[in-house]
Amino acid sequence: MIIKNKAIIADDWMVLRLGEHDVAESVTVAPGKVIVPLQVWLKQRDTLQQRAEIGVWLASDERPETLRDDIRKFTVIAVDFPRFSDGRGYSIAFNLRKRLGYAGELRAIGDVLRDQLFYMQRVGFDAFAPRSDRSIEDALKGLSDFSEVYQISYEPKLPLFSRVQRKGNTAQA
Amino acid sequence: MYRYDEYDQRIVDERVVQFRDQVRRRLSGELTEEEFMPLRLQNGLYMQIHGYMLRIAVPYGLVSSKQMRMFAHIARQYDRGYGHFTTRQNIQFNWLKLEETPNILADLASVQMHAIQTSGNCVRNITSDEFAGVAPDEVVDPRSFAEILRQWSTFHPEFAYLPRKFKIAISGAQEDRAAIYAHDIGLAAVRNEQGEIGFRVLVGGGLGRTPIIGTEICAFLPWQHVLTYVESILRIYNQYGRRDNKFKARIKILVKALGIDEFKRQVEADWADLKDGPGTLTAEEVERVAGYFTDPAYETLSDHDSTISAYKADSRPFTHWMMRNVRPHRVPGYVSVVLSLKKPGCTPGDATAEQMEAIADLADRYSFGELRVTHKQNLVLADVRQKDLIQLWQEATALELTSPNIGLLTDIISCPGAEFCTLANARSIPLAKSIAQRFEDIDFQHDVGEISINISGCMNACGQHHIGNIGITGVEKKAHDEWYQVSIGGAEGNLSSIGKIIGPSFTFNQVPEVIDRLLQVYLQERVEAESFIDTVRRVGHEPFKKHVFATEFTVEDEPVADKHAVEPAQYEVPFYSPRF
Repeated sequence: MIIKNKAIIADDWMVLRLGEHDVAESVTVAPGKVIVPLQVWLKQRDTLQQRAEIGVWLASDERPETLRDDIRKFTVIAVDFPRFSDGRGYSIAFNLRKRLGYAGELRAIGDVLRDQLFYMQRVGFDAFAPRSDRSIEDALKGLSDFSEVYQISYEPKLPLFSRVQRKGNTAQA
Repeated sequence: MYRYDEYDQRIVDERVVQFRDQVRRRLSGELTEEEFMPLRLQNGLYMQIHGYMLRIAVPYGLVSSKQMRMFAHIARQYDRGYGHFTTRQNIQFNWLKLEETPNILADLASVQMHAIQTSGNCVRNITSDEFAGVAPDEVVDPRSFAEILRQWSTFHPEFAYLPRKFKIAISGAQEDRAAIYAHDIGLAAVRNEQGEIGFRVLVGGGLGRTPIIGTEICAFLPWQHVLTYVESILRIYNQYGRRDNKFKARIKILVKALGIDEFKRQVEADWADLKDGPGTLTAEEVERVAGYFTDPAYETLSDHDSTISAYKADSRPFTHWMMRNVRPHRVPGYVSVVLSLKKPGCTPGDATAEQMEAIADLADRYSFGELRVTHKQNLVLADVRQKDLIQLWQEATALELTSPNIGLLTDIISCPGAEFCTLANARSIPLAKSIAQRFEDIDFQHDVGEISINISGCMNACGQHHIGNIGITGVEKKAHDEWYQVSIGGAEGNLSSIGKIIGPSFTFNQVPEVIDRLLQVYLQERVEAESFIDTVRRVGHEPFKKHVFATEFTVEDEPVADKHAVEPAQYEVPFYSPRF
């Protein structure tokens, strides 16, 4: 199960993570819907791009620009959070959406917890695979912690000061 | 000052609800301490030695009398009857219970305050000049930009999990009183030749283990671009700042590693497509916010009140106070008054609930109901009529708030130190008290003149020891002992510099003697009206070092049973341990 577009849905994508002895060039990518590591995509691009549906995931130290020419080939792009306190994934998501114009599913994977979800959706994530030892129903609540925000990010497109008419100092003459 | 509208209030109220639920999940064990830690830190809640410490944001140091009374309430209701004003213009309470913190935040929200991002690896409280809006040398009032940056940085979704903490300071006067060179980003609001407002942007300054003075990344950034430019700096830092070693994770290390030219190139490449985009600041928004920082109802007055001159002739304490604690104001007939929280023998920056309430009353009666917290841990009444000075002085003296020592030897900056903080190697507050008592003689202090003594209990430098004219740092040689390194030559302001260590470290009781010896050299070497730092700059460190180490120290130190014990146990509430 994952959260997508603010609902809990079944998910049939598999995330491929390289084991200790796996090599990006030669690792077997199972048939079906697989989200492969960026390095596997880069090494096995010719065969993988034949597939009807393919996904790729970025580690927090990898650059989204690497996918610039391939960005339309993916049904899903995931960003891995090795630890929830590693905030690089937020900038990766922002750059994927804003700089590379990625419009497909953008999924947060790894150490994804309720209290980070509100921020994640604002930088462009629309799908979340919360850590499996936690309640996904509970995590869903994290998306609605706040009903208003100040600044632009991927969402919203306008800052509060341009979206609404703020009254200003009414005590002023 | 700024007041919340429905949007600000809603965001802060929703934070209280969110944090209440996070605390509930922690208490029920649903969240591990490791998971809870960054959440509580982003709400200013630390687990200290004796209790939970909550750091409350005082945005750019501005606080109303109503808010000050709320601090008094919190001190009484939840703490031990006092609070501690910090070097980043905030206030912290040291003896709290975790389960009560959501209620404290709810109380704070009722007076438009919060503890958001006062700790953690995120953008911290924006700090500024304590004389913003009233200083005669002001070029641009920085307060509206500080508030705009406060709102922009509050819950910024992309920059909540940075490699390390991130501090922004902004000043708008000729003299930098916000230590902008010692911040991750320093903004100096300036006017160009056409009179347009913009910012000189400094980046990569900071204290801590690797003290570095900030470098200019942009000489003049038109004000419209301040939010997007800061965003790009943060994005480069978020992506490339080191995360493998917390001691090398501040932006200064990245700027140093890349070099300012390459760092600037990356920032400006990121900025290229944000510039002039929807994040650009508008004149309407600046005007709206500036509408909260208009002049209070100043009366038309003239300077020079003859009763003051007459009173000065009669009262030396008043004369000393006028000289040190009263500052010029841009409006004729007005002054700014610094209330000293540095009475020798007291903890620097502490105020009791009774003092806070009395201070709030003073603000209501003498300064339009507003106060400022200074980064030197004092309080300011910014808009006082000169003709009220005598009465104000008498009333504040009764509250023990008129030590005439601002900028002098006993106006010591000190972090909480080993009595409270899990990071500290050594006690800071007792040392500050000991130094202040040794040099309590006010005539001697005035003779020595302008000097800053900054004490940090460890190299993390919360007491800003690197930029003290005399800096003191707690170090441990072996577990549980305490030693102090002494440096000289540090300074803040337009001529910021990092102090240099004079030699091997000293014991607790040696430090006051070391300072005495440093002062002896200064008093002997100084030429007319030269300040301590100017003498150090002119004659160099050598004469000071030589004299300090020329003679053996005869003072002895009694063994300290437990440097983490608060002596004397403050304000009589039974000991409470917060540990799970």
